[in-house]
Amino acid sequence: MIKPAAPPDQPDQPDLPSFRSWRSVYLLVLASFVLWVGLLTLLTELFS
Amino acid sequence: MSALDFVVLIGSMLGIAGYGIWQTRGRRDLNDYLKGGHTPWFAIGLSVMATQASSITFLSTPGQGYAGGLGFVQIYFGVPLALLVIAIFFLPLFRRLKVFTAYEYLGARFDTKTRLLGAALFLVQRGLGAGLTIYAPAIVLTTVFGWPLNLTIICSGLLVTAYTVAGGNDAVTVTQKYQIAIIFAGMAAAFGLLLHQLPAGLSFTDTLTLAGGFHKLNAVSFSPDPGERYTLWSGVLGGTFLMLSYFGTDQSQVQRYLSGESLRESRLGLMFNAICKIPMQFSILLLGVLIFVFYQFQPAPLFFNPASGPALANHGQGPQLRAYEEDFKSAHAVVQQQLANWAQARHAGDRTTASGAFAAAAAASRQGEQIRAAATQALAAAQPAATANDADYVFITFILRQLPHGIIGLLVAAFFAATFSSKAAELNALGSSTTIDFYRHLIRRDATDAACVRASKWFTAGWGCVAIGFALYAHLAENLIQAVNILGSIFYGVMLGLFVVAFFVKHVGGTAVFWAALAAQSLVFILYRELTISYLWYPLIGCAACVLLSLVLQAVLGKATLTENE
Repeated sequence: MIKPAAPPDQPDQPDLPSFRSWRSVYLLVLASFVLWVGLLTLLTELFS
Repeated sequence: MSALDFVVLIGSMLGIAGYGIWQTRGRRDLNDYLKGGHTPWFAIGLSVMATQASSITFLSTPGQGYAGGLGFVQIYFGVPLALLVIAIFFLPLFRRLKVFTAYEYLGARFDTKTRLLGAALFLVQRGLGAGLTIYAPAIVLTTVFGWPLNLTIICSGLLVTAYTVAGGNDAVTVTQKYQIAIIFAGMAAAFGLLLHQLPAGLSFTDTLTLAGGFHKLNAVSFSPDPGERYTLWSGVLGGTFLMLSYFGTDQSQVQRYLSGESLRESRLGLMFNAICKIPMQFSILLLGVLIFVFYQFQPAPLFFNPASGPALANHGQGPQLRAYEEDFKSAHAVVQQQLANWAQARHAGDRTTASGAFAAAAAASRQGEQIRAAATQALAAAQPAATANDADYVFITFILRQLPHGIIGLLVAAFFAATFSSKAAELNALGSSTTIDFYRHLIRRDATDAACVRASKWFTAGWGCVAIGFALYAHLAENLIQAVNILGSIFYGVMLGLFVVAFFVKHVGGTAVFWAALAAQSLVFILYRELTISYLWYPLIGCAACVLLSLVLQAVLGKATLTENE
């Protein structure tokens, strides 16, 4: 089984403007994914 | 290519390689040589991007857009999801254990044999892939420019091997920053000049309408047919497993993001790619779609590959070739004329005439494609070894015929930069895994860091020679490009299965997962031979089989077989 060899990296925060937690960064990634799939679907529907 | 193009090409390639060697001179510490030091997140993001995007991406993807439209973008739908999983679950463990290679983690979690199995699977498929990384662009560029293929492979292979051996991981990261700058500059220049060369009266909406009318803008397909290669489902499900395998278990990528100074830097580098990858691939495909629109108003060749016509003529089919060319030219002339009528009627608001003209253009275009297909069939029958994938030559043909000197040199430099950036990361990872997982673990357990650095340099050089050798041999078998791509998909699923069991199934031991992995790999081989489903599904199947079989085996073997870790 895993035996952690060292303490985790410190500090572990994104430290970006408007993004104070990793959860908010992950939500941004998911939102951009949904946005892109939505836009590409729209492009398909509009021009097919 | 003119003298100016050669100056741009050779100057940028030698300059970047020289800068990489100079900037990383004197790296003797094992940690610095294999992991690099203190790389910020933006550089990690670019490095991860440059490693994945080889010259095949920039040379062939526009051709895919030209021939098949935007549908290929769906394969990248898995990237954001896969990178989220890696950032949340894989990365913290890799960093906490301070591993050099991903397979060290398998040793810590299971046992030596499972670690070596994971490393061996990586070395086999990536070793072959490294050869392909040099070969694929070389075959296209040498065919177009008439350069000697073997000399191009050897020169480009030796240059990238030299700076990777000299500077290790840092040399890869340092050079990738400038290489990707050249790539983006070249692609942006091509995009701008292409838009400039579209017919004067054609608006961007007209362009999209035209492309859509030819089914080139079908970016998302909801078809449930598993035989359809690129759909939303195969992209999200199969693509996620493929990308999870690639980014999470392939050392050429793991080594990139482990070079971060902290968990934050590594994680943000991955999130940068999670956001940028889909728009980047969309842009490259759109470039191909725009080239398609461009050629609807300009004379287009029957074959984009300049070697195809002479190959057909040399097999006694010269008259047949001329007949194909004449028929194609006639059909294409109708397309040009009808689309000019369409644009004129559309701008005048005459919908009926516009609709009729477009239908006539589409019919003539279909006729042209049938002639092209017949000519391709005739070529394949006359010379089975000839490459049938004409789409790979679309972008380079456009560059050579339509873009000014200097820009041509910049774009050819971009293709070589993309080759070098991927190849350097692959060689660096192959050398690292051979050193850490085999040399230091099996051959010389007491090796000092200095000895490991020396060994790593030799192994990296050795893998460089293997890749060059494979690339030299590859031109004897033209279908290797597709074969090696499928090979990666076949192995990745089981590699991912090993890591999924390691991360999420705590009660399974090394013996169970080792035999389950071997059985799952055999199963994937059998399915590959027997089924005709999209290769995107193999990573999912391999991973699922490995996980399920390890659960069953562990239940059969019992708790007594939970082996000690290393």
